[in-house]
Amino acid sequence: MNETAVIELRHISKTFGRIVANDDVNLEVQRGEILAILGENGSGKTTLMNMIAGIYFPDSGEILINGEHVVIRSPKDAFACGIGMIHQHFKLIDVFTATENIILGLKEKGRYNLNEAKNKVRAIADKYGFAIDPDKKIYDMSVSEKQTVEIIKVLYRGANILILDEPTAVLTPQETERLFAVLRAMKEDGKSIIIITHKMHEVLSLSDRVAVLRKGRYIGTVDTKYATESSLTEMMVGRKVSLNIERSEPKDPVDRLIVSDLTVTNREGFKVLDHIDFTARSGEILGIAGIAGSGQRELLEAIAGLQRLSEGEIYYIKPNGGDREDETIDLRGKTPMQIRELGVRLSFVPEDRLGMGLVGNMDITDNMMLRSYRRGSWLFVDRKKPKNLAETIINDLEVVTPSVSTPVRRLSGGNVQKVLVGREIASSPTVLMAAYPVRGLDINSSFLIYNLLNQQKQNGTAVIFVGEDLDVLIELCDRIMVIASGRISGIVDGRTADKEKIGALMTKGRVHQDGEEGIKLAD
Amino acid sequence: MQTETKKKDREPLIQISKRPAMVWWKSYSIRAGALLAAFLLCVILASLLTKKNLFELFKRMIVYPFCVDKKGSTVFLSDKLWDLLKELALLLCVALALTPAFKMRFWNIGAEGQILMGAYGCYIVLRFLTGKVPTPILYILMVAASLLFGAVWGAIPAIFKAFFGTNETLFTLMMNYVAACLIEFSILYFKWGATPKMNYTGMINRKGEYKHVGWLPEIFGQKYLMIVLIVAVLTVLLYIYLRYSKHGYELSVVGESEKTAKYIGINVKKVIIRTMILSGALCGIAGLIVVSGTDHALKMDSSGGRGFTAIMVTWLAHFNPAYMALTSFLIVFVQRGAKELSSAYAQISDSFADVLVGLILFFIIGCEFFINYRVRIHLPRKRKEEIEE
Repeated sequence: MNETAVIELRHISKTFGRIVANDDVNLEVQRGEILAILGENGSGKTTLMNMIAGIYFPDSGEILINGEHVVIRSPKDAFACGIGMIHQHFKLIDVFTATENIILGLKEKGRYNLNEAKNKVRAIADKYGFAIDPDKKIYDMSVSEKQTVEIIKVLYRGANILILDEPTAVLTPQETERLFAVLRAMKEDGKSIIIITHKMHEVLSLSDRVAVLRKGRYIGTVDTKYATESSLTEMMVGRKVSLNIERSEPKDPVDRLIVSDLTVTNREGFKVLDHIDFTARSGEILGIAGIAGSGQRELLEAIAGLQRLSEGEIYYIKPNGGDREDETIDLRGKTPMQIRELGVRLSFVPEDRLGMGLVGNMDITDNMMLRSYRRGSWLFVDRKKPKNLAETIINDLEVVTPSVSTPVRRLSGGNVQKVLVGREIASSPTVLMAAYPVRGLDINSSFLIYNLLNQQKQNGTAVIFVGEDLDVLIELCDRIMVIASGRISGIVDGRTADKEKIGALMTKGRVHQDGEEGIKLAD
Repeated sequence: MQTETKKKDREPLIQISKRPAMVWWKSYSIRAGALLAAFLLCVILASLLTKKNLFELFKRMIVYPFCVDKKGSTVFLSDKLWDLLKELALLLCVALALTPAFKMRFWNIGAEGQILMGAYGCYIVLRFLTGKVPTPILYILMVAASLLFGAVWGAIPAIFKAFFGTNETLFTLMMNYVAACLIEFSILYFKWGATPKMNYTGMINRKGEYKHVGWLPEIFGQKYLMIVLIVAVLTVLLYIYLRYSKHGYELSVVGESEKTAKYIGINVKKVIIRTMILSGALCGIAGLIVVSGTDHALKMDSSGGRGFTAIMVTWLAHFNPAYMALTSFLIVFVQRGAKELSSAYAQISDSFADVLVGLILFFIIGCEFFINYRVRIHLPRKRKEEIEE
């Protein structure tokens, strides 16, 4: 190595109670490079970065900045070393403007001069190609704008080493591209960037080198140009993983759920769903694509009986088997409880897993009971069957948990999702709705979820899958319905669809405006 | 590599990190140790004021509340012990009442008012129906009125919370004052006070033809045994309700996440109101015990601050009724001990007793921190040698 590394970690270890988050990790970052850190959920990526950023203090090991020993005890120390971290959850004050948030907590010499600060913010933005309005309040901002504020905040403090923790998890494809352009500009400027991400294609397109962690241990660093998706996955998981999603032909599909003219108005009187018409069929996967917040959540909630419809109908066609005629059931205006009592086997994996689908502080058994506690005697709950179910799910889906009585919030993201999906498919649904079921999940868990959805499809379930990764939607779904601003902009066949066409449909009907609004809405 | 001793090169002086779960005996011995340390500190403070030796003060604080009667002789099952048990039962009763609401994250700090209303209901029945209905029916009506009054007082804030999203903490707190004023007004306006001197106190059936009618009966000659039994039964019932009943499960789901409750199809409004009716009704029972079992009178402060003390009891017990028996015993015991000291020595006033109670609670709550976290102190010179707490 002819150049000293900007930052070098030697033998870093950190434990939380009995959990070993990082075990003897070595890592180095060069000047002017983008290093991606890759690892499954719970492999210790975020913990490691938090130690560099001064949030945690390592139990043992050394950190060297430009070849010198440093001790980072607090985020302040980290800034003094030129390290800035952009966290997954933004730490901004809503009622302040961008500039006020950026200079908050700084002790600059001289008088408090907002105008000067604003100019400095603008200068940084121009240099790297950010779009930002220094006077805009945080509560008026889109997620992507907030992220911009966070990045400028770090640059304003003179950081040379930027750490981004899953920055693209909340962005649309277009916003992601824009962010990457900015990151590349910073790299050209000689800054070092560490990026944590799950998305393989982003790693390959953006980074110079990739460091891989597995279960808290450092596996190795490779040059991105020599890496492939499958070689990285193998490093991450520790064995070969097949990255193909199989798609079988639907077996005699029949209409299962008919939605017509569905309109939902939110509290402000805005139509979040505008005359939606579609049919979900048994034995097929219907994908729903769209920019986040286009009405996907409301649509699924309306079907599940959690949203009041202002117009339209939802019919469920109940299979009675044998020669008996199928029964049509009107779901409009029914509560989730009434829907279940009508014998509609509808399962719903909501987007907000711990806030809606599960109770974080309860153990796996009690979470299983959410669906079934009403059965049995009139007064007391039966914990025996839910406990058996919990044990079955832990075995079948390989949920990593100390025991069935561990609160689910202590499980890692992938395991939480396995518990939730496991519970929802345990009631052998005829309609299964899943909203972003692989968000934040590592490759292994993601493929397990895809396989589960495929299994349900083969069992004749009508699967509705709301996804964000277009590649996956195209590989997995039989039909893809695209929603833009609460309207259906098209339904395409998954076998013939291409990414560009879906991308175009996603933004169809969006008013393009110049200036600030143009950033908020994808163009 | 570590030869530099620049200021920057030091580790943080104090490092706090989460501890793995402790074995139960270890955590209990820490708690016991904290309690002992707290008592020791109290006794040292008291000895500084009174110039008595520590042992004597210790004895007074710890032994006297149990088995030493007013004349100073040691008696097993003394009146003092029964008094302590009664106080324990009452406090536990209120704490039990609060628990379902707290588990639902409904911060009911209106137990005071709900107790008062229960007392009010019981008093009204006794005052107007004594002698007019057969005694068994009188008892049934008393219980019914206490339950009803308490339940109504609990249900009002719950209804507002369920339908309009009002803040339950402020609402229940305000309801306390409404209840207290309502009672004061009734006593004064309807002249329920027995003598002008007793203006604020409405007595019941203390003498004459209906002496002791409507009072909780003595069992084996013990006037407080009944109360202890009632509360013991309530504790078991509530434990079962919270742990094994569908209602108990529903209310904890609502408490943990209202969104999950809606997703699963629980009628959140119904659960909130139902749970607060239960909470209020149980407070009503405490009110009944006060009027019919201990005070035999209605006062503006019949609740005696128990509605607030009980909040501490439930929290310390992590909402578990079985532990609550322990924590309420602890609090009552500490209060009694401090009272013993203040009544024995002129130098120690009643307020000092409050200071002692505060100190002890500080230790008890503080030790929970050391049970959950490990504190390491890095001395600047000896970096490698860590001193573990």
